[in-house]
Amino acid sequence: MPTPADAATPQPGSPQPGSPQQNAPEQGVIHDIGYRRYTGARLGRGPVRTALFLDTLRGCFGLGRAGKAKVMPAVLTAMVVLPALSVVFYANVTGGTDLPFSYREYVGSITTLVFIYVAGQAPQAVSRDLRFRTISLYFSRPIPRSDYVLAKFAAMSSAVMIFCVLPLLVLYIGALLAKMPVGEQTADFLKGLALALLFSLVVAGLGLVIASVTPKRGFGVAAIVTVLLLADSLAGVVITVAEHQNNPTLSWYGGLLSPLYLVDSALAWVLSLDGGRLNDQLPPDALGGLVFVAVLLAVIVGNYLLLNLRYRKVSVS
Amino acid sequence: MSLLTIENLTKSYGSVTALDRLSVTLDPGVIGLVGANGAGKSTLIKTLLGLLPATSGSAQVLGLDIATQGPAIRGIVGYMPEHDCLPPDVSATEFVVHMGKMSGLPMTAARERAADVLRHVGLYEERYRPIGGYSTGMRQRVKLAQALAHDPKLVLLDEPTNGLDPAGRNEMLGLIRRIGTEFGISVLVSSHLLGELEQICDHIIVVESGRLTRSTRTSDATAASSWLEIEVTDRAGEIAQVLSDTGHSVRAGQSSGHSSQLSPTRHLLVEVKDDTTYDLVRDTACSLEIGLVRMHRLRQHLTDLFQSPAAEAPTASVAGPPSPEKPHADPS
Repeated sequence: MPTPADAATPQPGSPQPGSPQQNAPEQGVIHDIGYRRYTGARLGRGPVRTALFLDTLRGCFGLGRAGKAKVMPAVLTAMVVLPALSVVFYANVTGGTDLPFSYREYVGSITTLVFIYVAGQAPQAVSRDLRFRTISLYFSRPIPRSDYVLAKFAAMSSAVMIFCVLPLLVLYIGALLAKMPVGEQTADFLKGLALALLFSLVVAGLGLVIASVTPKRGFGVAAIVTVLLLADSLAGVVITVAEHQNNPTLSWYGGLLSPLYLVDSALAWVLSLDGGRLNDQLPPDALGGLVFVAVLLAVIVGNYLLLNLRYRKVSVS
Repeated sequence: MSLLTIENLTKSYGSVTALDRLSVTLDPGVIGLVGANGAGKSTLIKTLLGLLPATSGSAQVLGLDIATQGPAIRGIVGYMPEHDCLPPDVSATEFVVHMGKMSGLPMTAARERAADVLRHVGLYEERYRPIGGYSTGMRQRVKLAQALAHDPKLVLLDEPTNGLDPAGRNEMLGLIRRIGTEFGISVLVSSHLLGELEQICDHIIVVESGRLTRSTRTSDATAASSWLEIEVTDRAGEIAQVLSDTGHSVRAGQSSGHSSQLSPTRHLLVEVKDDTTYDLVRDTACSLEIGLVRMHRLRQHLTDLFQSPAAEAPTASVAGPPSPEKPHADPS
């Protein structure tokens, strides 16, 4: 914070910067305190990146934005939390010993809402800067482009993670309050948590990549919803057809098309989970599991690299 | 330390050469960058920011090399782009605070600086409203404010008067002048209008097709040749005779660009030698019993100075009105 002493702008004829204090007793006088120099700290890359991350993350929930920007995130958050809340409320009242569904299944049931959330927020996180060309103001500042991409990617992923994990936390806390077995609940919660975090990374990355090439917000929203829902339903079709033809291998690989099945199957294979598999498929062999893990990693890393590539080409004009 | 040292700077986009072996050294102050659209002004500014790599040549901004120290330059330089760059859904305060943080200011400092600079650029109550509802003049002020948010040592302003009405233009020019004088921040301001920059700049450089055609200190150029315009009621020729007998250069008629109602019998131009010239004119008029209507010291316009080179490659923007270079001597 600049003190009056170092806020010097020697300008003949203009009042000295220190004068407000001296003249304070006078009433109703507006003092021109002149231009004040900034002599305080200038933060480096790390803190600037963090600041961009936090501002973007807040923006993903409408904080620091206009009133109507807060509506969609709030409504969607309520829509994923309220069912969880009512389930644990019921369990607490009736004294149930088990949740009616696993944490992983709950994540599976909110995927469409997650897609809609990403479709609404990814364009505001990245398309806005491109459309209104604010991007040239970022690039004319010290942080490199890769830091911008990293901050945006981390912020969007974190926002989706918060969105997905919040209802799981409600379920978990509610289950513990209802005195359900702690060990069982914790183990199940952690599986759900892992699924939610990885799923968020995949969906946030896909949303950002699509949004970064659609500067018009409306196009971005439509494109993201379409791509994600299409992928999901395509996977459903392939799996159904494969099951009809009694082809378990095709049915398993059909899951690659769906962001949710991709993450869940990879996770199930790595953790050797037997029951509760979302799409009730078993890997045909070790290769089947490996492929899912490889594709999952490729999608997450690929999205990040694509985003970097995209921003390397954004011109500052 | 010089503000800018540019040596043989060349920037080509494929076959198009935007900057052609441009060399100039500039001292701190308010510097005007004049050129027609497409002359390379924006390219020069972006190259100096380290945003565009130079094809060849080198440049230092405040002693920092553009090729290797881009981030350091961008830390102490503010940039106001030519195009619109403001999101409509946030307020000016929120926006300038955010851009201040992006320049490395801590949160509290960013808030304080945003309030300060918005006040300096002349945005008061309206700064809490979303930018989407601002006029062009207010938007230009916000763009300028974000360039000043981190207290830079130099601001690069790309066509800041673009799209402003005459009143807004003058306010913006006054503000730029204040940034250079009161704030103590050097300014490189581009425009395609020489006329508006000569009012506020200490130094003018002219770029044409990527080449530097002129680099002049404004004070030298405008003070060098000072003429006194005299309007009398009648018999201007007699006064001219007396003045030229005492060794003053005299021209009849008026300089350029003004009303055509000036007659050789009522107007003449006298070169001012020193303050006694004024007395001489007064005394002469008095002794000849001629009514002296007014005396007016003319300022040489840079436009006149740049007339001849501009004529070789005429551009609508740099070329000004006809100049008084060739006076028709009128001994009368």
